[in-house]
Amino acid sequence: MVTTAPTTTDAHTSGNLPVPVAMTKRPFSFRRWFRDTGWRHLIGVIMAIFAVFPLLYVLSASFNPGGSLVGSNALFTKIDLQNYVNLFTNPDQPFAMWFLNTILIGVVTSVSTVFLGALAAYAFSRMRFRGRRAGLLSLMLIQMFPQYLAVVAIFLLLSAISNVFPILGLGSQLGLILVYLGGALGVNTYLMYGFFSTVPVSIDEAAKLDGASHVQIFFTIILRLVAPILAVVGLLSFIATTGEYVIASIVLTDPSTQTLAVGLYSFVSQAFSNNWSIFAAGAVLAAVPVMAVFLALQKYIVGGLISGSVK
Amino acid sequence: MTALLVKIVLLGILDALAVYALFIMLGLHQWVPLAATVLITGLVNWIYLGRGKRLPAKYLTPGVIFLLIFQVFVVLFSGYIAFTNYSDGHNSTKEDAVSSIIQVAEKRVADSPAYQLTILDNGGAYSFLVTDPDGAVKIGSADQPLKVVPNATLDSTGKAIGLNGYTTLNLSQILANQSAITAVRVPLSDDPSAGALHTDDASAAYVYRSDLQYDAKADTFADSNNVVYVNSGRGSFATADGAKTLSPGWKVDVGIDNFVKAFTNQQLSGPLWRVILWTFTFAILSVLTTFALGLFLAIVLNHPRLRGKKFYRVLVILPYAFPAFLSGLVWAGLLNPQFGFVNQVIFGGAHIPWLTDPMLARFSVLLVNLWLGYPYMFLVCTGALQSLPEELEEAARVDGANPWRVFRSIKLPLLLVSVAPLLIASFAFNFNNFNVIYMLTKGWPRFTDTTFDIGSTDLLITMVYKVAFGQGGARDYGLASALSILIFILVAAISIIAFRRTKALEEIN
Repeated sequence: MVTTAPTTTDAHTSGNLPVPVAMTKRPFSFRRWFRDTGWRHLIGVIMAIFAVFPLLYVLSASFNPGGSLVGSNALFTKIDLQNYVNLFTNPDQPFAMWFLNTILIGVVTSVSTVFLGALAAYAFSRMRFRGRRAGLLSLMLIQMFPQYLAVVAIFLLLSAISNVFPILGLGSQLGLILVYLGGALGVNTYLMYGFFSTVPVSIDEAAKLDGASHVQIFFTIILRLVAPILAVVGLLSFIATTGEYVIASIVLTDPSTQTLAVGLYSFVSQAFSNNWSIFAAGAVLAAVPVMAVFLALQKYIVGGLISGSVK
Repeated sequence: MTALLVKIVLLGILDALAVYALFIMLGLHQWVPLAATVLITGLVNWIYLGRGKRLPAKYLTPGVIFLLIFQVFVVLFSGYIAFTNYSDGHNSTKEDAVSSIIQVAEKRVADSPAYQLTILDNGGAYSFLVTDPDGAVKIGSADQPLKVVPNATLDSTGKAIGLNGYTTLNLSQILANQSAITAVRVPLSDDPSAGALHTDDASAAYVYRSDLQYDAKADTFADSNNVVYVNSGRGSFATADGAKTLSPGWKVDVGIDNFVKAFTNQQLSGPLWRVILWTFTFAILSVLTTFALGLFLAIVLNHPRLRGKKFYRVLVILPYAFPAFLSGLVWAGLLNPQFGFVNQVIFGGAHIPWLTDPMLARFSVLLVNLWLGYPYMFLVCTGALQSLPEELEEAARVDGANPWRVFRSIKLPLLLVSVAPLLIASFAFNFNNFNVIYMLTKGWPRFTDTTFDIGSTDLLITMVYKVAFGQGGARDYGLASALSILIFILVAAISIIAFRRTKALEEIN
């Protein structure tokens, strides 16, 4: 690192400026600054506004006591927490329940997804068996087809299951979680497989010589070494699950069992303009935890996303 | 030891649940699911109780079972439903449909005598205790046809008013449950065409008999005007000329009718072609715009002497961190033609129909999807750009290439090689990007030349959802499944072609 850093700087300066030594001493020139990095700032600022503006707008609308869509246009003129109070007190929209349901379904699904995916990735990365390559290829192709393409069949399957196990059928959160677990391998195994393979096999072999069984190697050694990818997959799965609408909307019919995606959508679409501010408050509360975790773990997530295929 | 114990306990729980399910399925005569349950449970036990070569299977089985049921099986099941007429009006067996048709057509038999009536309650289910015009006392409920009961309590006029084991409803209880009581239908016998007792006032019941008589041998219905409805062979009874159909029908296999209907029905085929075209347009333009903007930003912000680089990076990826389903709704508010911020503030009170004009709505959908999607491309491109070797750029510079030429001839081709699989995945994702469309426009503005709820911004997947679960109009599961099979074929074809042209598949070893 120490040796490469200066050379790269030199390459850029010598490319852009004829006399690199004089760079720091020359008087400030706006035109040169603009041609060099200034225009980048300009684009950066414009894009930052484009990116952030809708988010600020929701935040402002959530503080607006008027409640309607048109009243939300004067940004941050009034700050009032009444919408947040209404969100939790109006029995028509059990927001607290939605929130809890979303967290519950999201956590159970993502933890199980990570576990199922890790089991499969361990087998693919550490064992050689017939059908291994075919299995990996099919998983890669399956992930091109989101589960909700078969939403009609899922609905009819669950309504059939309702007759045998009502607890797993239509209207059941557990049933919904099981459906989501059907997508556990497709999306994540491939990502995990890549990461598992970076852990040297010699570690396994050393443990095996010490008398460790394959179960012990998996739980006590491998899982710890691949913890970063487990976190990434868990988080991606949590985000995907909590934002899922199609299947959740047909399975969870009773308002008190619904998730934020289903509940907030039906709430705001009933009376779009009138419910706007309360919806905005709900949106802020729903988004803040996800955004906070995302930004905190950004580095790992991005690493995970890119390691999927960019090498 | 613990491992063995855990294994035995888990297998025991699974087997117990399986046995429980088997008994219920046995009772319901569900033979195919029953066989599947036996097979899966047996296989799981075999895998986990064995040794040696089954080791990989022990790690793969849990995930694979879920995958097979909820991802592979449901696709095959969609394929089956696509060839049936499964829908709201055709969701059961023929037997159910016949008795339901008979009941729906029931009318009071003209001038039939009154049965004196007492309403009894037995654990929440209502029974009719009737004294028939001849003085015989009978009891019956919705599930239990009328039968003679010997030891009822009678009042002075000879009317039965109570029975051991049942509670007699008093007037206020009757008033409180009026609608439930008037909905009770007590069949006279096991034969559905024999008729049934109904009541309007809870004090007298009358015989109702169906206007439609079912002839089981000929498999026809006839009403009192001698109009004959024959089995149409398509899961319903209809008059010979097809003008009148009895509802409900039942589920039958209809071959490729759903596919034929989708592409030839006047109400459906025009809109469907437009939806297919728009789905491709949307997916392609979404990939192009998000990739172009993401790459552009990555290049702009990937500069060694740019101050505040990290700050810009965090801000421009914020849309990616915001839950996608909320983004659609938030933008729907921003772009609302009457009250939205964009029209009211940015365009000074103009009434630009962002979401209601067909072309503008398509533009808006693409814009919002650009907002949602470019941060991902930005992240991916930044990563890919940073992993390109510096020497290549230096060498090109020494040879006299200008920055544009370096980008065009060296960086872009290298970048495309590494991000091509992601672009294909992004295409497949946007091809089925349900959330942004449904939350933002619901697929509207609606087409004016069809009664189906299909509109200018509908993708195939939102169309499937609305055909199957839309409000108003029949829920047509068969047609919806046929459309989702269509999506499968399209996505599969595109993915296979695209992956063949990249090296993605060769890396698996």
